[in-house]
Amino acid sequence: MTTQMFGAPIRRKEDPRLVTGGGRYLDDLGHDALAAAFVRSPHAHARIVDIDASDAIDVEGVVGIYVHEDLPGRVGEPLPLLIPHPTLTHGRTGYALARDEVNHVGEPVAMVVATDRYVAEDACQRIRVTYEQLPVVVGIESARDGERLVHDDVPGNVAAHMLQEVGDVDAALATAPHTLALELDIERSACMPMEGKGVYARWDRERGELRMYSSTQTSTGVRAAVAAKLDLPLAKVECIAPDVGGGFGVKIMHPWPEEVLVPWAARLLDQPVKWAEDRREHFIGSAHERGQLQQVTVGFDDEGRVLGLDVKFWHDNGAYTPYGIIVPIITSTQLLGPYKPGAYRCEFWSLYTNTVLVTPYRGAGRPQGCFAMERTMDAIADALGLDRAEVRSRNFILPSEMPYDHGLLFQDGRPLRYDSGDFPASLAKLKQLVGWDDFADYRRSAEAEGRKVGLGIGCYVEGTGVGPYEGGHIQVETSGRVNVSTGLTSQGQGHETVFAQIVAEELGVRLEDVHVTTGDTRKMPYAVGTFASRAAVMSGSAIAIATRKVREKALRIAADALEVSPDDLEIVEGTVRVKGAPATSMSLGTVSVLSNPLRYAFDEAARAATQFAGTFDPDKPPVAEGEEPGLEGKGFYSPTQATFANGMHAAIVETDPVTAEIKILRYCVIHDCGTMINPMIVEGQVHGGVAQGVGGALYERMAYDESGQLLNASFMDFLMPYASEVPTVEADHLETPSPLNPLGIKGAGEAGCIPVSAVIASAIEDAEGFPIARMPISPNDLWELRRRHAAGEVPSLHRQANTARSSSSSSSSSSSSTSPKEPTS
Amino acid sequence: MTDTTQMAGETIHDVTVRVNGIRRSAHVPARRLLSDFLRHDLELTGTHVGCEHGVCGACTVLVDGAPMRSCLMFAVTAQDHAITTVEGLCSAPDARVAPTGESMNPVQQAFAECHGLQCGFCTPGFLTTVTAYLDENPSPTSEQAREAISGNLCRCTGYQNIVKSVLRAAEIKAERADERADEQAGEESS
Amino acid sequence: MKPAPFEHHAPLSVEEAVAVLNEVGHDGKVLAGGQSLIPILNMRLASPAHLVDINRVAGLDAVEVTPGAVRVGALVRHAGLERSEEAYAALPLLRQALVNVAHPAIRNRGTTVGSIAHADAAGEMPAILALTEGVVEAAGPSGPREIPWRDFFLGALETSLEAEELAVAVRFRRFATGTGTAFVEAARRHGDYAMAGVGVAVTVTDGVVSGARASFVSVTDVPSVLDLGPALVGVEPGGDAWAAAVDAAAEAVHEHVDPEGDIHATAEYRRMLVTELTRRVLPRAVHESEHSTGESPTPSSSAQFPTHESEHSTDSGVQS
Repeated sequence: MTTQMFGAPIRRKEDPRLVTGGGRYLDDLGHDALAAAFVRSPHAHARIVDIDASDAIDVEGVVGIYVHEDLPGRVGEPLPLLIPHPTLTHGRTGYALARDEVNHVGEPVAMVVATDRYVAEDACQRIRVTYEQLPVVVGIESARDGERLVHDDVPGNVAAHMLQEVGDVDAALATAPHTLALELDIERSACMPMEGKGVYARWDRERGELRMYSSTQTSTGVRAAVAAKLDLPLAKVECIAPDVGGGFGVKIMHPWPEEVLVPWAARLLDQPVKWAEDRREHFIGSAHERGQLQQVTVGFDDEGRVLGLDVKFWHDNGAYTPYGIIVPIITSTQLLGPYKPGAYRCEFWSLYTNTVLVTPYRGAGRPQGCFAMERTMDAIADALGLDRAEVRSRNFILPSEMPYDHGLLFQDGRPLRYDSGDFPASLAKLKQLVGWDDFADYRRSAEAEGRKVGLGIGCYVEGTGVGPYEGGHIQVETSGRVNVSTGLTSQGQGHETVFAQIVAEELGVRLEDVHVTTGDTRKMPYAVGTFASRAAVMSGSAIAIATRKVREKALRIAADALEVSPDDLEIVEGTVRVKGAPATSMSLGTVSVLSNPLRYAFDEAARAATQFAGTFDPDKPPVAEGEEPGLEGKGFYSPTQATFANGMHAAIVETDPVTAEIKILRYCVIHDCGTMINPMIVEGQVHGGVAQGVGGALYERMAYDESGQLLNASFMDFLMPYASEVPTVEADHLETPSPLNPLGIKGAGEAGCIPVSAVIASAIEDAEGFPIARMPISPNDLWELRRRHAAGEVPSLHRQANTARSSSSSSSSSSSSTSPKEPTS
Repeated sequence: MTDTTQMAGETIHDVTVRVNGIRRSAHVPARRLLSDFLRHDLELTGTHVGCEHGVCGACTVLVDGAPMRSCLMFAVTAQDHAITTVEGLCSAPDARVAPTGESMNPVQQAFAECHGLQCGFCTPGFLTTVTAYLDENPSPTSEQAREAISGNLCRCTGYQNIVKSVLRAAEIKAERADERADEQAGEESS
Repeated sequence: MKPAPFEHHAPLSVEEAVAVLNEVGHDGKVLAGGQSLIPILNMRLASPAHLVDINRVAGLDAVEVTPGAVRVGALVRHAGLERSEEAYAALPLLRQALVNVAHPAIRNRGTTVGSIAHADAAGEMPAILALTEGVVEAAGPSGPREIPWRDFFLGALETSLEAEELAVAVRFRRFATGTGTAFVEAARRHGDYAMAGVGVAVTVTDGVVSGARASFVSVTDVPSVLDLGPALVGVEPGGDAWAAAVDAAAEAVHEHVDPEGDIHATAEYRRMLVTELTRRVLPRAVHESEHSTGESPTPSSSAQFPTHESEHSTDSGVQS
């Protein structure tokens, strides 16, 4: 019988290829291509006085050297502003190659094309650029005070100023029994996929056609942008995303300067050209994210219910805003998490700095928002002496209140309306998993041994699966092979597998007969891209819709041939058969043959579909009216709004009493992304997200000095966690189906990383007894905080005083030693 | 010594290396990194390059059986040595034709079984590292497995399923050894 | 990130290598394991015109254990030394430190002598050479010479090795019987350069400490050794005075080191850290001393710690 496909932890179809060296990533292609390399600005802010390439042009193997003046027409115009939000009043974008001025270290100034990358770099080294340095703006404070400007015509460095308010916040705060104010700070990090960006372009002179490959999260987006830049008809440009070695957001931004310049050079030189970004380029030339300063004022009642929430934050958007202000908008809306904030006002300023641009990184503004909200929840609990989980629980939106409309506009300009979720159930599961109620005992026994431990918690809601749309195309070949294509791209999420699962389940075919292509504009030119945890929701739904159409057509054709009603048919393992009489059947391959009347019999199967095979009705056309040849179908899914996934995490940390080193002892996750297509893959996404979150909480930050130099632009100094730094994740799931799409699914891609900084801050705070307001936190930072706390510069938590009293009284009586519950895998 | 010629002012060396059991040669300048030599001169693109400063481990290959960073070695230095890349871990003739079951080595099979990879870019470095590790440590504990992979960066998986894969690979290895022993015993007794 | 062009030399003997180095002078760099050098070349932070690749030089790949020392040839990989049971039995400190050097794949390629010649005070092995009062054996155009560690390390990444000289081996001195060693470091990530590290050797004679010394990673600009004797000698490990003596030793370390801050840790934090690590590592060394084998044959009482150069004619000199 058919094994159930949908919802099963099916092994990935991608893997046999990828584990044997069969993957084909960008730099694995085009062995005959010329190599591009770039001269990049060594200064954060400078005027370009002169570029002298005379020493470089003679380097043997150099084919071309290009600066801004060499770029014709639209190639030399500013790069597009992709998301022109109305509040982005001072949007600025750079040029493919800098014109007159550079605004961050790493901005491309000249391009060299040569026979190989070694030679191209030799030439880059010989190009002398004279700069006149300008005042540099680094850091949010410096941007905010506006004394120095990144762009002369942007006063105060403010790219955008946005305010959303629901209810009367001032009144709510004025009348609230309690108010608290928090100042928070979260530093920059970056996606850091293991494969950098890359572009490879071939120009076909005879046909006037461009084929390009890009390590991108949106091949349709790149295609459209490049066609526009190179003034080519869309029909003459195709863009393929090959295997992509991770994205996490940085590859949704497009077109990168190199995505315009490499195809342009390929056409100009009439030779294939390739650029594979190296790690240093990725650090200084590809986008970062996260950096924000936040001020929260909250009013609440004696029970800890929030009555009014007033949030102001300042967001570092780097030197340019080609991707608009998506990140701060998401922060401002997703900050609310699973809670009812009472009256809510959020005001933000998106600021220019002389640093590389800021575009979405997994979580895309949510980790910052979650940090603000969850720090606030902990602060309320502390102020009132209440249990932190209890305070959260009292503020939850309840299942009975779903769908819940916050009265705000989300990042897609549509209402921020939660479709479903059961937050009390999630919290109950989490408390059970981590042993919330037993922690006090554990802490007492740990303290008796001279150890410092803390328990932290964080909750979030994530809008996933935003529009506008995705499409799916299904085609059944006469062999029974099912070809599936969708336009969005894959960077490791297992799309080949999960989309095949959907098709196998919906159509009734074997998984191994389903072959999925993603990110190839030749196969599916209508698509948006892979971001915002949207692939499963959007393409998954579109593919389901398309498959249902194909199924219906297959049943119609088979019913005709078998002379039964379509309602009496079922499709099992690729065979259409009569329910209850499985001997009366035909394979889907045969149905495919019948669907396509042929003139030429190129093989045995085709013979059955030629005009002279079998009987036909001479009064009907070979292809019936309203029908199309072929067993195929197309479907699009375009929802009215996002679906909202949610999750809750808890962690137990231990801090070294002397060295302040921080160790995560346990990490627990409850995750609800609606119906799961493949739980194994969902769990893998959660693990990976948590690991990135741990990186962002304890290890990773972009260390710029005052002159705008990135001091840690290498894997040696930018501390991405190894296996030795990442805890084992104990994960459990809740499945609250989304009512919005045919499969009940919600996105899962970003979830894992969203609350981690909040959770770790909560746990360290709990261990230390003073507030943690700035992340990431290193042992050195914590040690410094302890010193300041000891000096009275950092206040104690209220509960610290209580705990200290109670623990000193209990430590003598309690000698039993408990350990944290063992991880269960 | 390698044979040399001059090209574009650079000395070109005739480098011969035994890769996955086959003698392979190419003419390259002395500065050609072993990683680039494998990927671009020999077109064995299974070995990936993630940082070119020896930290990420994506480019790890086996040099005379020991895992080393191919981005921190010059092809000229590898002259006459035996290199194993991810392509050589699998006995299928062409990795592009998706191999299954027995043609994969136990580590490859375990990674596929345990969802030990997502984007797959760092994976070849893990596979070579773990293959060599299990040869010396056939039955690691979970902590030892974690330590064994702690010199390789992965940005997708959070490592949890990689640790699981290492443990599973040890099992598969033992199972296969048992099967071989049974077969041999069968042959001998017949 | 591709290295600039260079001329590759692959000598087969020490004499040949020295001849090439003599010819290329300061334009040349020695390539052994390359695990520190090649990243620098790839980033084009250095572009020497000549690389003298000694990987094919014969006779440099031996680990030799003599009664007084462990001699490590210039082509011995960290992993080879780490795995040598003979070396471990003779001088456990080597393995104790080596497992902290980066990651196994780096140790499989990188050489111990190379990391000492690189003279990074954030490296483990220069500190170990210092702690063992070791010697670098160099070969030059005018013949072999031996450079005691104190004369070898001149400054950050700077040694007394001349451009035309090749470090062919180092000798780590073995400790006296009754000496226990331990090494500990704290890094941001496992395998990273340490924020601080400390290695100690403690000799216990008749139940009391008769000698103790420490050397450091990442908290001094050149490898250095601190005699902890004033704090610890005469004290019975675990006895009443022990805790105070350990504190005094840690305090001495606190005064001795002179760390610099960087993005990973401030100078103050590093100073605190190495002080605390000293407190934690001393008991381990004492524990090790209980089953120490030490130098053989049994040393004279004055040689609990090697403090000056003595004769080891058996294994000095250049192999050819």
